[in-house]
Amino acid sequence: MLPLVAQRVALGLLTLLAVSVLVFAGTEILPGDVATAILGQSATPEAVEAIRRSLGLEEPAALRYWHWLAGFLHGDLGNSLANGRPIIEQLDFRLKNTLFLASAAASVAVPLSVGLGILAAINQNGSFDRIVNIVSLSAISLPEFFIGYVLILLLAVKLDWFPSLSAISPEMSFGERLYDIALPAATLTLVVLAHMMRMTRAAIIGVMSHPFIEMAFLKGLPRWRIIVQHALPNALAPIINVVAINLAYLVVGVIVVEVVFVYPGIGQLMVDAVSKRDVPVVQACGLIFAGTYVGLNLLADILAILSNPLLRVPK
Amino acid sequence: MRLLGHRLSGGAAVGFAIILANIVAISFARWIAPYGEADLVGDVWAPPSGADWLGLDNLGRDMFSRLLFGGQTSVSLALLITALSFSLGIVMGFTAATTNRWIDAALSRLVDIIMAIPQLILALMVLSVLGTSIPVLIGTIAILDSTRVFRLSRAVAMNITVMEYVEAARLRGEKLWWIMRREVLPNALPPLIAEFGLRFCFTLLFIASLSFLGLGVQPPEADWGSMVRDNATAINFGGIAPLVPAAAIALLTIGVNLVVDWFLSIHGRAHGEGA
Repeated sequence: MLPLVAQRVALGLLTLLAVSVLVFAGTEILPGDVATAILGQSATPEAVEAIRRSLGLEEPAALRYWHWLAGFLHGDLGNSLANGRPIIEQLDFRLKNTLFLASAAASVAVPLSVGLGILAAINQNGSFDRIVNIVSLSAISLPEFFIGYVLILLLAVKLDWFPSLSAISPEMSFGERLYDIALPAATLTLVVLAHMMRMTRAAIIGVMSHPFIEMAFLKGLPRWRIIVQHALPNALAPIINVVAINLAYLVVGVIVVEVVFVYPGIGQLMVDAVSKRDVPVVQACGLIFAGTYVGLNLLADILAILSNPLLRVPK
Repeated sequence: MRLLGHRLSGGAAVGFAIILANIVAISFARWIAPYGEADLVGDVWAPPSGADWLGLDNLGRDMFSRLLFGGQTSVSLALLITALSFSLGIVMGFTAATTNRWIDAALSRLVDIIMAIPQLILALMVLSVLGTSIPVLIGTIAILDSTRVFRLSRAVAMNITVMEYVEAARLRGEKLWWIMRREVLPNALPPLIAEFGLRFCFTLLFIASLSFLGLGVQPPEADWGSMVRDNATAINFGGIAPLVPAAAIALLTIGVNLVVDWFLSIHGRAHGEGA
């Protein structure tokens, strides 16, 4: 098993490296370079040349990539083009906020969706299962901002239970911050809940056709016990996989949700940077998002290997 | 009710009705819309009334008329992008499946790397360099989306290229392009058509998200996503203005999903059954 895990980790690191190349190449090699992006199309050639020199753009691309990556690994993300300040200053607080929001949403969404999925599987083709099915099918089709604005309208404006904007600041206590992010976290939860729940249900039902389940039925065990004790452990690998994929999706969905709730996170920072065409900031945010995404997928692979009893025994 | 020789399920009927209503409303927008796209007809964010039954928007324009015209932009962009990504993805996928191992390996690894990064992140990075314009938007999303089509069409074509009739065509000396078009494509159609529906939904949502973020369709053009953005602040006064275009997106997506579900269920059967 260990070689398998090591292989996965190596493959994951390789993917990360390839992703960093793509992030770099995507913003550097495309036509239209950073210097013209800053100055606009009407800039004089001399001005463009001066900016290019100050940014080190006359170096070959491979060398620049190396400097960029080495800097990134040392926590030096370069300077923002828009205000000239180090990117890490803006990123630090915002990254923590985004992680706070995403983990709050995940800690609600994962237990809830796996629990509901198990309930739906126990009650297969019953009324609960059917209602859950219809609701989740339509929830998949809803854009994040639709869910966000409906929640704002109902819970913030009409009922006045939660704030509609989540402008949190470092001085706030943990409880205050948690209260402030209630609505964005709920939106994110709803966005991933349906998919995770359906897949949990499908994974368990997929196991139900195995002979050992039939054996358990013949022994006279109640349905809920068969599902919880016999089917669930065997459905763990696909469930873990789906949870990780959805967490990865959550990391991306956070961008739109942050804009809806004007939440000071890294997603909002990235969107602002794109509209200002602040390429270094976009690169830094992009690499963080992509790295998290790759990392979560890697984690899913490893957990799936660990949860498979066949791979746990040395051959 | 039956369609193409298959019984239409309740969900599929609703789905077709939604799609049909959207097509009619959007194609005949100019005649259906009570006001022009830019006509100011009343107070900002006036609530729904008899004359303008979806209310007015952030400048006092009729929401219903705007919805029809915005839909033209949203739906035609999504259709165009999906069509492009399909042409690109299918050609690449079939090429990978029918030609030699090296081309296949090279294309597959490239697609693996692109798919290792979330699509929204990649799109944002490209837009930050190239700037936001409709052609850039179309090109970027079509190329990024074609990776998913590539995966599917390659997998489907892999199963077809090992069939005897493809072998026979090869031995006859048919050209690669001819084999892809006449032997592989017709047999790969059902899963690809279903995928087309799903990718259309995805693209519709994707453009809407970008426009909502202010990085998609730019004013004076409007689509459903940018309409949500323009009207966003109305929500704080209890207005429903941003929800209207968002609901239009959701409704069309649900409609297409219902039809795709039905389509998959009739083609999931063994050959000779049903059809």
